[in-house]
Parts: sequence; C-alpha cells; structure tokens
Amino acid sequence: MSKPDSVDLSAFSVPGTSRGILDVFGYRYLLRLLVRKGILTRYHGSVLGWAWSYVKPTAQFFIYWLVMGVFLGLNRGIESFPIYLFSGIVVVNLFNEAFGNATKSIVNNKALVKKIYLPRELFPIADVFIAFVHFLPQLTILLAVCLIAGWVPTLVQLAGALLAILIVLLIATGLGLFFGSINVSYRDSQNVVELILMFATYTSPVLYSSSMVQDKLPPWLYDLYMLNPLTSAVELFHSAFWYPTTSETTARPEHLWLLAGISIIVALVMLVVGQFVFRRLEGRFAQDL
Amino acid sequence: MPKISELEPPRIIIEGVQKTYTLRHTHSFKETFVAWLKRKKTSTSFEALKGIDFSVGESEAVALLGYNGSGKSTLLKLVSGVLRPDKGRILTRGRVAGLIEVGAGFHPDLSGRENVYLNAAILGMSKDEIEARFDDIVEFSEIGEFIDTEVKHYSSGMFVRLAFSVAIHTELDILLVDEVLAVGDAPFREKCKKKIRELVAAGKTLFIVSHDLGMVADICSRGIVIRRGEMMFDGPVDEAITTLKGITR
Repeated sequence: MSKPDSVDLSAFSVPGTSRGILDVFGYRYLLRLLVRKGILTRYHGSVLGWAWSYVKPTAQFFIYWLVMGVFLGLNRGIESFPIYLFSGIVVVNLFNEAFGNATKSIVNNKALVKKIYLPRELFPIADVFIAFVHFLPQLTILLAVCLIAGWVPTLVQLAGALLAILIVLLIATGLGLFFGSINVSYRDSQNVVELILMFATYTSPVLYSSSMVQDKLPPWLYDLYMLNPLTSAVELFHSAFWYPTTSETTARPEHLWLLAGISIIVALVMLVVGQFVFRRLEGRFAQDL
Repeated sequence: MPKISELEPPRIIIEGVQKTYTLRHTHSFKETFVAWLKRKKTSTSFEALKGIDFSVGESEAVALLGYNGSGKSTLLKLVSGVLRPDKGRILTRGRVAGLIEVGAGFHPDLSGRENVYLNAAILGMSKDEIEARFDDIVEFSEIGEFIDTEVKHYSSGMFVRLAFSVAIHTELDILLVDEVLAVGDAPFREKCKKKIRELVAAGKTLFIVSHDLGMVADICSRGIVIRRGEMMFDGPVDEAITTLKGITR
C-alpha cells in the first residue's frame, strides 16, 4: 500500500484489529468486571440467590443416584457410588455450563458487539470464568461429602483434579469460540451444542464405570472412548475424590496420566482452531447480529 | 480539501474506503429452496460507501452530514473498528472513544456505580483512571444520591445523562459521536456542548454524526457531506449545511 507523503504511519493503528486471545490479557480489568457482572446478575431478583447453586446440583445428584443407583442397580458394582456419581457430575456440569454459555456469549452481548470495538474473545472467556465461579459451590459440596467419608487424598491426586479443571476450561473455551462465532450467522450452532451437551453426560464414565465400557466395546473403540478429553477429566476427578474414599481395590483405567497429557494437547489444538475460526468470522459479527 | 499541517500528523486517515453489505433474503434451507424454485435472488448487495477519502487532524471538530441511508453511521462504525472496510484502509492515531448509542454496556440490574465502572472499562479506561474520575462523572451526570440505585429504576433522562457522562470523561484522543446529543433536557445539552468544546480546545479530535444542524454548526468547524455512499462536499461547516440542504436523498 502506498504511504501518504510526509506522514509517519508508525504511530497509527488500524481500528478493529486485535491479537485475539492474547489481547484479552491486556483487558484484565474489564474481564474481571464482566465476570463480576455475570456473578452479580445471575441470581438477581431471587430470594435464595446463590443458594440455588447448591440446591440444583444436590437435586441433580439425588435424581441420578435414585434412578441409576437404586432403580437400575449400578451402585452394586461401584463402591461408594454416590461420591463416584457426584465427582463425575460436577466435571460435566462445569463443561456444560462453560461451553453452553460461551456459545451464546456473542449473541447475548449483541448490543456491545455492534456498537463498541473490544476484543470479542472477552465475552466467551468471561463466560468460561463465570462458569468456573459457578462450579465452586459444587466443588464445596463434593469436598464436604468426601471429608465426611474419610477422604485423604495424595498431592498427586489433587494435582490431577486441578489438571482436570484446566482441561475442561480449555476445551470449553476452544469449542465455545468455534461454535459461538458460527452462532452469530447460523443459530443452528447453539442447537448442535445442546445436542453435544446432552451426550456429554453419557459419553463419559459419569453414571457408570469405564470398565463396563471396556467389557462391551472392541479395544479400538474403547481407546477412542478414553481419548475423549472429558473422559480423562472425569477419571482424574474420580481418582482425586472418589478413589481415596473407597477401599482402593478397584482397578483404575490404565495410562491415566498419558491420557490427561493427550487431552491437554487436544484441548490446546481445539483452542487454536476455535480462535482461528473466530477470527475469520469476527469481521462479520457487527453486521450479522 | 483542507491541507493537514506537515508538523502535526492527522488523527484519522481514511483512504479509498468501500463498504458493501450483503443482505441475505433467505434464512433457512426451506426459504433458500423456495427462492430457488421461484428463481428469486437469495441475496442482494448494497454499497454503503463507494470510496471515501479524507483525513482529520488534531483538535479538529468534523461533522459528517447526510440524509438517512447515506452511509455516515457506517463510516463512523468503520472508524471505531466495529466494522471493517472491504476496500481501502482506515488508520487512527491515539485512543478512540465512541459515544455511539450510549449505554450499550449498561446492565439494568446493576447499580449506577457498578455500571459506571463497567462502562468506563468497556470504553478502555483502567481502574485507576476510573477511580480518579468517578466523582467528576457522578457530578456531571447530576445523578447524586441515586448512584447506588439500580439503573432499571432510572428515568430515561437519568440513564442517558449517566451514560453520556461516563463516555465524555474517558481518556481519549478521538471522540466519535453518533446522534446522542439529541437526548437529555436543554440544560444538560448545553452542558454537553460546553464539555465537547472544552475537549476540542484541549486538542481532542471530534468526529460527529448528527441531523441536528444547529448544534453541528455550533460545535464543528468542518463539515463533510455524504450522499449515497459518496462524498459530496468537504469544507467549512456552514457551506456544508447549505450543500446538504440543496441535495436530495
């Protein structure tokens, strides 16, 4: 491009360009306020307020426990089944919440996206953080129940739990950027996401154990099943919370750390792909909303 | 076209900017299929801007004039970065703050105070800057004791005053204004005009879109007339207004 004469362009910038996720770190303060807004307004106008964050997972746990554990009798094969169940449910809930909200975040922030330029990645990322804050009450219930059951974890197991949270947040961000940017032009995207979220609970060993899958599926399909990042996150949580409360005689899935490592790589790849697609579609956001 | 001083580089450079909107007429497979059967077009394109060139210097107050559908708001959105040009380029120097439909970032369930912090941050201010200016913002808005009330209980005038007050107090070099001065009561509008003149006097660049010709003539020195995406006139604001009155939509 030709330069206008006698004008030094070094101090100029092109409006509406950003470095994507990297720029979000430059907007840390705004990110914090957006997360705060999400937290403050979540239960606005409800009398119980944040108590709902305790009521909902407890009710959800109870129904699964009753149907899966008591009626279908899955608890006979798995020691301290309620804790097994709940430690898996919280992971899937975190994923569903983060991914589901991130997908709708650009559309939900329509007014801002159309009028003021900000790195748009801020919105899905803020939603992932909000989902994480929402996850903390559930984690608190889990911890309380585990402590009552005589839970003494090792440091390695706890590190595994943190790794699991990281995996879930990364894949939710990557997928959220991907489906969220498509959702601007094609609202089919959020329906596809709802479908994925519906499957998420069942394609990971939340309601049953992975050894049951191993017994039924051919080895290659079982390997594929175990490669699901959500599966390794759920199993890491099982290792950290459920396993120490049992007699520790149940066989754990093999190569769990290797699977976790692969999951991190998969999650990072998803993040890069999500960011790439997001950037490609970002230019049309303001006119398509 | 006014020459820009060689010493002071311009604040905004607009070079051969074109913007075309593609309007989709069908929104589902079914509609596309029906349109295909009836041999109707599924989309049409609309040229909002057909090659605009100009630059705006420091402490210049420029009014962008034109009738509805002339492309002036599109141009403002391109400068703010919300939209991107299809051809040509836009360059800006310094911090750009937009008074484009104020209150876009306001959340009705949050208090005035929370909203001030949120919106100032959206407009690019840091925590320290907001804290330093918080009292000025509240004072200018004349909200007073209601600052801790939820915004949904505000009257529309209070809402606009607070939103405007936040925007006008942001640290900026270029201020983009789109039809927001038409709100608020007469005393508040006077106050806003005064504040804007202060900003221009302090070397800030003002880029304003408005149908309120009286106010434009009052604040701006330079006027650019756009008609159907093409630039018709660039020069002193009085002549620009005369030009505008002489053309049709």
